[in-house]
Amino acid sequence: MGRYVIRRLLQMIPVFIGSTFLIFFMVYTLGDPVAALFGDKAPDPATAARIRQELYLDEPLWKQYLHYMGQILTGDFGTAFNGQKVTELMSNAFPVTLRLTLVAIVFEIVVGIVLGVLSGLRRGRSVDTSVLLLTLVVVSIPTFVSGYVLQFLFGVKWGLVPPAVSPEAPVDELILPGVVLGLTSLAYVTRLTRTSIAENSRADYIRTAVAKGLPRRRIITRHLLRNSLIPVVTFIGTDVGALMGGAIVTERIFNIHGVGYQLFQGILRQNSPTVVGFVTILVIVFLLANLLVDLLYAVLDPRIRYA
Amino acid sequence: MRGVARARWVVCALSVALVASGCGGGGSSGGSGVVRASWGDPQNQLEPANTNEVQGGKVLDMIFRGLKRYDPRSGAAENMLADKIETSDQQNFTVTVKDGWTFSNGEKITSKSFVDAWNYAALVDNKQKNASFFAYVDGYDKVHPTSGTATAKTLSGLSVKDDRTFTVKLRTKFSTWPDTLGYVAYAPLPAAFFENHAAWLKKPVGNGPYLVDSYDKGSSMKLSKWDAYPGPDKAQNSGVELRVYTDNNTAYTDLQAGNLDLVDDIPSAQLKNVKNDLGDRYINQPAGIIQTLAFPMYDPAWSKSGLEKVRRGLSMAINRDQITDQIYRKTRTPATDWTSPALGDKGGYKAGLCGDACKYDATAAKKLIQDGGGLPGGRITLTSNVDTGSHRVWMDAVCNSINNALGNDRACTVNPIGTFADFRAQTTEQRMTNPFRSGWQMDYPLIQNFLQPLYYTDASSNYGKFSDPKFDNLVDEANAESSADKANAKFQDAEKILAEQMPAIPLWYQNGSAGYSERLSDVTLNPFSVPVYEQIKVG
Repeated sequence: MGRYVIRRLLQMIPVFIGSTFLIFFMVYTLGDPVAALFGDKAPDPATAARIRQELYLDEPLWKQYLHYMGQILTGDFGTAFNGQKVTELMSNAFPVTLRLTLVAIVFEIVVGIVLGVLSGLRRGRSVDTSVLLLTLVVVSIPTFVSGYVLQFLFGVKWGLVPPAVSPEAPVDELILPGVVLGLTSLAYVTRLTRTSIAENSRADYIRTAVAKGLPRRRIITRHLLRNSLIPVVTFIGTDVGALMGGAIVTERIFNIHGVGYQLFQGILRQNSPTVVGFVTILVIVFLLANLLVDLLYAVLDPRIRYA
Repeated sequence: MRGVARARWVVCALSVALVASGCGGGGSSGGSGVVRASWGDPQNQLEPANTNEVQGGKVLDMIFRGLKRYDPRSGAAENMLADKIETSDQQNFTVTVKDGWTFSNGEKITSKSFVDAWNYAALVDNKQKNASFFAYVDGYDKVHPTSGTATAKTLSGLSVKDDRTFTVKLRTKFSTWPDTLGYVAYAPLPAAFFENHAAWLKKPVGNGPYLVDSYDKGSSMKLSKWDAYPGPDKAQNSGVELRVYTDNNTAYTDLQAGNLDLVDDIPSAQLKNVKNDLGDRYINQPAGIIQTLAFPMYDPAWSKSGLEKVRRGLSMAINRDQITDQIYRKTRTPATDWTSPALGDKGGYKAGLCGDACKYDATAAKKLIQDGGGLPGGRITLTSNVDTGSHRVWMDAVCNSINNALGNDRACTVNPIGTFADFRAQTTEQRMTNPFRSGWQMDYPLIQNFLQPLYYTDASSNYGKFSDPKFDNLVDEANAESSADKANAKFQDAEKILAEQMPAIPLWYQNGSAGYSERLSDVTLNPFSVPVYEQIKVG
């Protein structure tokens, strides 16, 4: 187990270097960000040259990248154009997005698995059909539609919650955005759980458990659910990364100043330190979440062992 | 307890229907008398000479007062900190600063506060983005050489006479120069700015009607009224809370829900509802912004003689009325010259200087283009960034208009560019071979600001590299005139040359728009489309 984890962690190093270079290269090819700092006015050549020099933009790409990586290793992620350290931006943005992601994940786990179990156990009945239909509708609605509609209904029409989240972003204000963010994944979790439950409920070991006379509750929670959750856990694991990075739309709609906001701002202004820094952290989150998923397999399914 | 909670929700829902009030708690901080306004994250650090966009400009407009100030209604430059600015030759100016002004930290404002600030702004080492404003002052080439290091630390054209007077020597005659001094780059700076720069940036100290209470970069700024403000335009409210919104749709929704008092950018998707939603709490008025389509005059394909007919023809092929109506719902006005109605008569605006060339006439357009030898290469492409301002939509509309006029579906196509940064880089490096969007937001309400930086030979923002000796001569003569009226007349003559040559097609004047809640009254926009915060009354 320990050796497996170490091997996986070591594998992350080339992935980390490769992905940072790719992102760095992509932001670089977008072009020169300095000209845009001057707005409608043409950039003053002398001032622009000084700014380029300060940002190492006058060096060739490989030198810029080496310089940037050197900085990262000393914990310096560079500076955004408005003078803020990227590490400062991160320490403001990541907790907010993490809270938002947690709300979304908790929502999709609790509601999704419950709905999935209910419909999987009553396959073909009206509960099952309506859940399937409902999830189909949810999957087909894009986030920006559900976001604006729910925001208008809850925020303006009924006035139950403020439509925009305050800068501190406390958890209670993040419930509606979290629901919007988790809605699509919720539908997938429900459907995955349903299929898996429906399949396993006819498996031999369940029949044995029923024949043994175990209480129904114990059969479902200990035997059926534990085995049926493996695909769901895989999905949720990759979803953590996707939700954190993919919250751009939701964060925009609800004016949440999290990772999505900083990334959006960074891309618009072509500020490579911001974009590369944030995406790098997202890559690490993604890799760790996947490792965690693989380790969870062993917990859920005793047949799986890591050496 | 549960019943109580539910009852509160019902009451809330009802009260929202009646008066838009905030419910649900959280977020709606700000005591009575505080204006809660939408804001965007300023791109640069908040230094007067480093701020060239509206969002940072909003703040500086609240916390700084310069020698002159533009009247929020007429746009006319009026003395603020200046007692008098005198010249006998339109080149050497003597500035006298009023007595009794201080910064909000108590420091007295003297002529040195200005001279130090201007020297700081001009010095190339300080990388100030508005440094080029000081290019008019003698000695600028020493402190800000186009390459290499500065050979002087201060502008030789500036000298302090005593506590209240200083003199300015300009490089050339520039009669309306004093009227440019309302621009924020010319603001005075306190000693604290130079002594502890980092601390000043965290919490800027100025001399305007407001004080910065707290600044949370990227999310909000709280300002409160400065009670001891010595100027005549004291704040009428107890403070302003600026909140950063990434999406103007969200700000608009927040306004509807009663969590926000003032939105100064109505999203285009809401333009058709805004009258219903807000009634007379919606403002739509001319701002000093114009959009044009500039031609790459550095490309011989566009600048050879005879092509002016094609350029004029293209201008006549554009149905401006229809586009401003259908796409912008009258938040843009068809342009009839190269300046802006926000200048007013005093600033030099005169409608119709473009003449027939800006009137839609499809048959005349087709004939002119054919007379001029047809479109270079048989077809044209329009280029703009498309990340803001519905640029994609109007480019399609303009192309359709041109295609219809020429009876050729493939005469005009659109080249959208994803980000403004990329677009600006391409125009700066002269990579355009076809017409491209060129927007201009005025720095000060003078006709000079719309013409000289854009169309004078080798001027700073002359992206198309247009050059015409007659135009340059008229601008030089205008700058040497002793009275503003005479200068304006010369500038208007220069505009007539633009109408003949058509180096850029005027498209439309942009309006400023804003909406506000029922808590507020006396909300107006200045000619720069920024709300006049200090006049707003709450309650």
